[in-house]
Amino acid sequence: MMTPLSKVRNLADEALKPELLLQMHDLMLKSRVLEERLIRMQKQGDGYFWIGGPGEEAFSVPLGLLTKKGEGLDYDYLHLHYRASGTMLALGADPVDALRQMKSTASDPYSGGRNFASHYSARKWNVVPVSSPIEVQYSMAPGTALAQRRHGGTGITIVTGGDAGTAEGDFATCLIWSSRKGSELPMLIIVTNNQYGISTPYDGQHGEKRIADRGAAFGIRTLTIDGNDPETSYRAIKQAMDYVRKERKPFLLEAMVSRLYGHSSSSGANYIEGEADGLKLFEDKMIARNLLTRARADEMSSKFTEALLEASKRVREEAPPAAETVWDHVFAERSVVGGSKKGAP
Amino acid sequence: MTTMVQAIRMALHVGEERHGVTDIFGEDVGPPLGGVFTQTQGLRTAWNSPLDERGIVGAAIGLALAGARPVAEIQFCDYAFNTIDLLKLAGAMNWSSNGDWNCPMVVMTPVGAGIHGSIYHSHSFDAQATRLAGWKIVMPSNPRDAYGLMLSAIVDPNPVLFMAPKALLRQKAIGESEEVPGVPSDERELSKLIDAPLGDRSKWKPRWPDTPDLFIPLGKARIDRQGTDVTVVTYGRHVHVCRKAAEELATEGIEVELIDMRSLHPYDWEAISASIKKTHRVLFVNEDTEVTNFGEHLLRRTVEELFYELHAPPRVIAGKHLPGVGLADNLEKASVPQLDDITEAIRASARHEP
Repeated sequence: MMTPLSKVRNLADEALKPELLLQMHDLMLKSRVLEERLIRMQKQGDGYFWIGGPGEEAFSVPLGLLTKKGEGLDYDYLHLHYRASGTMLALGADPVDALRQMKSTASDPYSGGRNFASHYSARKWNVVPVSSPIEVQYSMAPGTALAQRRHGGTGITIVTGGDAGTAEGDFATCLIWSSRKGSELPMLIIVTNNQYGISTPYDGQHGEKRIADRGAAFGIRTLTIDGNDPETSYRAIKQAMDYVRKERKPFLLEAMVSRLYGHSSSSGANYIEGEADGLKLFEDKMIARNLLTRARADEMSSKFTEALLEASKRVREEAPPAAETVWDHVFAERSVVGGSKKGAP
Repeated sequence: MTTMVQAIRMALHVGEERHGVTDIFGEDVGPPLGGVFTQTQGLRTAWNSPLDERGIVGAAIGLALAGARPVAEIQFCDYAFNTIDLLKLAGAMNWSSNGDWNCPMVVMTPVGAGIHGSIYHSHSFDAQATRLAGWKIVMPSNPRDAYGLMLSAIVDPNPVLFMAPKALLRQKAIGESEEVPGVPSDERELSKLIDAPLGDRSKWKPRWPDTPDLFIPLGKARIDRQGTDVTVVTYGRHVHVCRKAAEELATEGIEVELIDMRSLHPYDWEAISASIKKTHRVLFVNEDTEVTNFGEHLLRRTVEELFYELHAPPRVIAGKHLPGVGLADNLEKASVPQLDDITEAIRASARHEP
C-alpha cells in the first residue's frame, strides 16, 4: 500500500485561524452525519442506492470553502465525482436536498428524482451534473477551462475523481488538453486517492508510484498530500488555486483519502475499521488545542443527527415525480447556460 | 454550383459571424488544412485539436456548458464509436439535471460509403445516433439543406449531430433548389472566393459571399418527388440513388413519392404517415447495416399504426450486416444498397397484389 504523506512539502506552515478550523470541523461533521443518514435511509428502504464521500471530508470541505462560488465564467466550474457532499455543504447546499435525492422525490433539486444520491447539479454554482461513468468529467472539464482561458479573470475549472478511474483514457485527455503549449488551461485537476476501485486495490493495477507523477511528463505542477488532514488540504488547495488563478495553467493535486463506508451500498456500506478517519483525527487535534471539547463535538453530532432524522421523516412524505414527467426536459426549449455570457464574443 | 463542403463552410462562417459560434475544432480542422474534406477552410474560429475524439466531444460539452457555441468535428464517424458514452452524457445533460443545464453543441461527422473508403472510412452511424436520446440528428442530401440544417443546428439549445454523407461532400448542387442562396452563379468565382489555394496558404484569406440566414427546421422532412404509387423514405446519399430509381420507374408508369427525411431525430412522422396513407406502399432505404437499423424502427411504427393502410409488405433496404464495407468495388457494391436493388424492390412493391 502507498503511504500517505504526512506533510505537505514547500508550504508555509502558517496557522489557520481558529474560526476557519471550527467552520471546517462543523462542515466535516455535518457532511459525515449526512452521509450516515443517507446510508441509513437506503438501508431502511428510503432509497435504492447509496454512494458518497465519507472519508473524503477533510479534503472536500476545504475544497468547497476555497471555491469561487457563482454562475458563469468569472466563477469556478466544478466537475465533481460522486464523493463530494462535503464540497456541496461547504458551498452552502441544504443537506435536506441530498435526502430528497436519496428518496427520489420530485423536490430533489439535483435531478428531480432521476439520479442516484451524491449526483449533484447546481448551475447557480457552476456545479456540472455529476454522472456515474467514471472519469468522463476529466474529458469535459477542459471545455469549461477553454472558455475561461479565453475569458480571463480569476475563475478556474476544478475537476475531481478517484484513483482507479485515472486508468481511463479520459485522465490522459485531461493532462494533454490542459497542457498544450501556448494554450494551457486554468484547471485544478484533483485525484482523491482512496487506493481502491470498488474491491480492487491500487497496487497491482498501477505501476506509477504516485498518480501525481504523471503530471510531470506534461510540465504540470503537481503535489501529493495527506487529504485526511483538513489543514493540510486547505493550505495545499489554496496554494494550487492561487497558482492556477494567477498563472492560468493546470495543477495536478493528488490527495490521499479514506473510504470509510466502502464503495457504495452494493458493498454493504458499513464503517471500515483501520482506515484513517479524518474527522476523528481532526477532532482529537482540535481538542488537544483547546478549540473543541469531546462533549461539544458529541453534542454537535447528536443534534445534527436528530435534525436530519426528523428531516428524513418529512422528506419521506414528499411526492415522487409523476410518471408523465419522465418526458420533461428531453429537449431544452431555450438555452440557459453561460451565466453572464461574457465568454461569447 | 456550390458543393456540400462549401455550403457547410459558409454556414459555419455565418454561424461564427452572426450566431455566436465560438469554436470550430477537431483533428486537422484549423489551418493549414481546414478539414480533410476542406469544410473548415478560412474560418475565424477554427482550430486543431489533439488526435483524441473523446477529448473533442468532452471539450465541446464543457464549452457548451460554459456558454460557448462549439462545433466539433469527428473526422470520420468510424472514429466516433469510442465517444458514445460522452455523446450519451451530452444527450442526458438537460434531462438528468431536470432542466438545470442544457448543452448547446454541434458535432459534425462524415458518414457512409461510396468513396471506396475501405473498412474504417465507410461506416454509417445512423442507428447509433438515433439511439442517443436528447440529441437532434440531421443528415442533408444537398448543399442547400446542408447550409440550412447546419444553421438550425448551431442555434438550437440542444446537442445536434450533423452527419454529412461523405460521397456527397464534393457533389455540386443540382439545380437552383439545391443551391445556397446568395452565392455567385459562376462556380469558379465562388471557388476563388472561399477555396484555399494549393501550396502556401499562410497569407490567404477567404472573401465570403453574402449568404442569408436560412434555417431549415429540424424535425421536418422534404418531399423530394411527389408520387401516388409507392412511398420511399430515405436520407443522405440515397436520396439521389432513390431519385434515379424513381425516374426510371416513372417510364414504366410507377410514380414514386420520395421523402428526404433531413432529420433522423426528431423525425417527421406526420409527413411519412401522410404519404403512406396516400400510396399504401412503403420502403425505407438507407446504407447502415440492416440488423437493428433505424429503418426498422420506422417499419415497426408503420406496421403498428398503419397496418390496415398497407397494400404491400413494407420493406427496409439497408446495408448488409457485415463488420465493414470491403474496399474492392465488387465488395462495396455487395455491401450497401445499389440502384438496381432499390429499383427492383420499388417495382416489386408497386406490382404487389394484396
